[in-house]
Amino acid sequence: MRRMRPFTSGAIALAVATVIFVLPFVFIALQAVKSKSEASRLDFTLPQQWLFWDNLAAVFQARDYQLVLAYFNSTLITVVSVTILILLSAMVGYVMQRRKTRWNAVASGALFMGLMMPPAVVPTIGLLQEIGLFKTITGMILIQVAYNLSFSILLYRAFISTIPRDLDEAALIDGAKPWQIFFRVILPLLKPVTVTNIVVQSIAIFNDFTNPLYYLPGKENVTVQLTLYNFQSMYTSQYNLLFMNILLVTVPPLIVFIFFNRQIVAGMTAGAVKG
Amino acid sequence: MTETRLRSRKSPYPLWFFLPAAAVYGVLFVVPTVSSLWFSLTRWDLSSAEFIGLENFRQFFSEPFLVKGLVNTLIYALTTSGLKTICGLLLAVLLTGNIFARGFLRTLVFFPVLVSTIGIGITFTVMMHPTKGIINAMLETLAIPGPGWLTNPALALFSVALVDLWKGVGLATLIFIAGLAAISPDYYEAARIDGATRFQQFWRITLPLVRPATITVITLSLIGGLRSFDLIWAMTRGGPGFSSDVIASVIYKQYQAGFYGLSTAGNVILFALIAIIILPLTVWLNRREVEQ
Repeated sequence: MRRMRPFTSGAIALAVATVIFVLPFVFIALQAVKSKSEASRLDFTLPQQWLFWDNLAAVFQARDYQLVLAYFNSTLITVVSVTILILLSAMVGYVMQRRKTRWNAVASGALFMGLMMPPAVVPTIGLLQEIGLFKTITGMILIQVAYNLSFSILLYRAFISTIPRDLDEAALIDGAKPWQIFFRVILPLLKPVTVTNIVVQSIAIFNDFTNPLYYLPGKENVTVQLTLYNFQSMYTSQYNLLFMNILLVTVPPLIVFIFFNRQIVAGMTAGAVKG
Repeated sequence: MTETRLRSRKSPYPLWFFLPAAAVYGVLFVVPTVSSLWFSLTRWDLSSAEFIGLENFRQFFSEPFLVKGLVNTLIYALTTSGLKTICGLLLAVLLTGNIFARGFLRTLVFFPVLVSTIGIGITFTVMMHPTKGIINAMLETLAIPGPGWLTNPALALFSVALVDLWKGVGLATLIFIAGLAAISPDYYEAARIDGATRFQQFWRITLPLVRPATITVITLSLIGGLRSFDLIWAMTRGGPGFSSDVIASVIYKQYQAGFYGLSTAGNVILFALIAIIILPLTVWLNRREVEQ
């Protein structure tokens, strides 16, 4: 009897979890391959015709290939802002962890504020207009860097404390200049936390909806999440295409998840618990 | 000795490393935040700002639908945070136990955290449709009349909160799993020898020792709940009426309508709300931890 319990409770948990966590994704996939009239019933039946490729093509062609542009923009924003984020936050995390000055208190305060406070949106729009970066990809990239710095620095600071200072001193004695110690010795050693950071931040930035909604309006700047949002109001009669779009937006995080499952989990918990 | 030698020379840790990050963060985050305190006191059209004192705040607190947004923000944050903490802990206990398909279940629970909030919002909006939605269709087969999840004003905010729980509970679970892993199995063994029941073990050992993780989950989910916008916007746009409006959606609506001063005042109120709730909570939670 007792030996059966782990299996039984596990089987029940598995069944419940499957219903709760898998069904919505099955639902998305089912609607995405149906015809327009079948999808409009919004039910849980198998499609009579599987229209995967037709729907895929239709979604990509919609409104002059807007989704292609959106994928390009989202990818560009994600790649560039994550690259800048990694570099800047590793530099800050390194000096914050190693050198105790009164600037540390300032930096810690700013870090805490960045984790807690929502951005003041309209003043930011005013400022972006002033410096000519409103409605530009460059502006969006810098905003993503500014908003995600705190969390990124937190991850680096925690990790750098595990690297012995002896290494810095050895490099110094060998005649390395301060910037060389960081770029040649420390930065390569940060690889595990850098991978975590890349994965976590790219998912966050790729999935971001609110910031592009405010700072990046306009057709030519559309991002993947904004396309989906616009689709929602434009294509309520074509649920098959709407769900094909949702499916396409879900795929990139799924791929990242399959490859980096362990790093994501480690990074999320490290950043959350130590912070 | 090394310490003094390093200090007498130039430090190998250059302070200019702070500069690029400080520049981006200072210009795009700190400056707007500080200037929002001024702009919230003005009638503002982005080019010229006319000082009107506390008029925006007076207006905010005299409009019932704006105050509703404030109340809803609190309800939403407390509901989602409470549910995420309880469900996250229970799931974590279940998923650290010796159960079948553990790894798969962990993956399953965590995956929604990574998926597009807008995509999830649209999907659940469709599934919660009062007549065509599959949730009500399933309830019907059990002979339970399904409610209008998002069309009933009394229910809309809680329906969105449930979806928020569905999407976010994986992160809470993960943090609790990390916390549970840090508890030494010796405690449980000693308790078993003393004849403690499973419930006693949970109540007397797990709960007190998982405290740091609990603090993290509560703080994170409260901050997230107070700031939340995208899920509510994707599912209800604050409706029906203003029944699921929160401060963040009020800020967006006032911005869209061109009331920049009022919108910024909403932002300042949100800052204040977060500071009033989170700062004392952090201090209180951490002090009790030290006392133990």
